Amino acid sequence: MPDPPAQPAAPKPAPRRAASAAKKVTRREFPFLAIGWGMFTAAMAAGLTAAGRFMFPNVLTEPPSTFTAGFPDDFAIGVVDTRFKERYQVWIVRDEEGIYALSTICTHLGCTPNWLEAEAKFKCPCHGSGFYATGINFEGPAPRPLERVGVSLAEDGQVLIDKSRLFKFEAGQWNDPASFLPLT
Amino acid sequence: MLNRILAPLSAAWKEATDSQVWTSIFRHGKPVSNRNRALVMMSNVFLHLHPVKSRKAGIKLRYTWCMGGITFFLFLVLTFTGLLLMFYYRPTVEYAYADIVDLQEHVPLGIMRELHRWGAHAMVITVWLHMLRVFMTGSYKPPREFNWGIGVVLLVLTLLLSFTGYLLPWDQLAIWAIAVGSNMARATPLLGTEGPLSASLTLGDISLINAGNDARFALLGARSVGQPTLLRFYVLHCVGLPLAAAFLMAVHFWRVRKDGGISGPM
Ligand code: HEM
Ligand code: FES
Repeated sequence: MPDPPAQPAAPKPAPRRAASAAKKVTRREFPFLAIGWGMFTAAMAAGLTAAGRFMFPNVLTEPPSTFTAGFPDDFAIGVVDTRFKERYQVWIVRDEEGIYALSTICTHLGCTPNWLEAEAKFKCPCHGSGFYATGINFEGPAPRPLERVGVSLAEDGQVLIDKSRLFKFEAGQWNDPASFLPLT
Repeated sequence: MLNRILAPLSAAWKEATDSQVWTSIFRHGKPVSNRNRALVMMSNVFLHLHPVKSRKAGIKLRYTWCMGGITFFLFLVLTFTGLLLMFYYRPTVEYAYADIVDLQEHVPLGIMRELHRWGAHAMVITVWLHMLRVFMTGSYKPPREFNWGIGVVLLVLTLLLSFTGYLLPWDQLAIWAIAVGSNMARATPLLGTEGPLSASLTLGDISLINAGNDARFALLGARSVGQPTLLRFYVLHCVGLPLAAAFLMAVHFWRVRKDGGISGPM
């Protein structure tokens, strides 16, 4: 290899000023500097905090995470009820033993699957994961079943869904009584 | 005959270049001498970001591929076409998709949207190629480490521009892409609900980080992709990120000069 052409020297950093030039802060100056910089720092911190807080509104127009979904008799055995998918992101399913509710968030990367009545399965539009009506995954990349959310009976006898409680099959949580509403 | 036309033209030209308006803008003669050429570079706010002198070998096409320059050009194209799109596009769930379709079908030169979209893809590619060139020529070495750092931030900004722009058409592809992409923010350390260490941020038995206040929420403005998300992405896409990118580009070009011009071939 031929010698590389000479590179121009990088601009040298200015030589550090002699140590004496780093002038000492006197006792007289110190309180002013401390108060001045302290106030500046506090003002900047307050401004940044306010800007950060601004991104989190006090009121959300999202539907509540707990809602009543009607009386148990409104749900037919063996039917996946998709009426609450749009607004609350849950499917309510009644089988021989009772009612459970599935979260509509695909356990692969978080898209929303569709219930395909003819094929009796949930199918995700994103990468094709499939789930049975029970929520168990059987095809595609989803690594685990859909999560179930809390179900109970409200005082007025309606089905009460609590989305703030999540139950994972693989953690054995589907046996938790709060994840299932037994009906005879 | 020819002279009858040229003489008044050159007189008018002289009149114009001697006027106070002209001399107040251009404070140097024609760039015919090296001195004047240097003055041209230094007395113009845009040109002064450039080195006054460049080594011939350093600006050879086979050395730089002009990739940084192409990237900058594409940024300018995207700014211009994006600005035009903004005259028609409304960032609401109700109108966004229809406006995009109308942009192509009801507006003369509907190709503007194509230019913006293809330009965006091209810019992402050229940014990577530019970075590859800089790496392969070892141009990240001192004294250029800082400019490499600025470049990394510019790369991230370009990708974020792409990511935020991708949601704006509000079609199925867009919504699911952002649904999937923003799920990554759940895993932010400390600030994401599912991220490392965030479970340890508790007050008594209340956990401080939840789906309503974590990093993903700040991005989406909601717990799932919806109207607040479209608006946030729109503002970031059209104002926040381009401003930040333009600012850093100025620093980037300035540093090219301050670090001694484009590096020489190895
Ligand atoms: C100042 C600069 C920019 C402005 C004002 C701007 C503005 C806009 C607007 C109004 C839209 C919505 C219309 C549409 O979807 O066609 C859009 C879409 C988009 N933008 Fe930008 N943009 C800018 C820069 C960029 C850059 C630098 C990139 C990426 C490197 C980018 C990537 C995209 C993408 C991928 C879309 C989706 C395009 C589509 O589906 O048609 N934009 N932009
Ligand atoms: S997100 Fe459902 S299959 Fe990938």
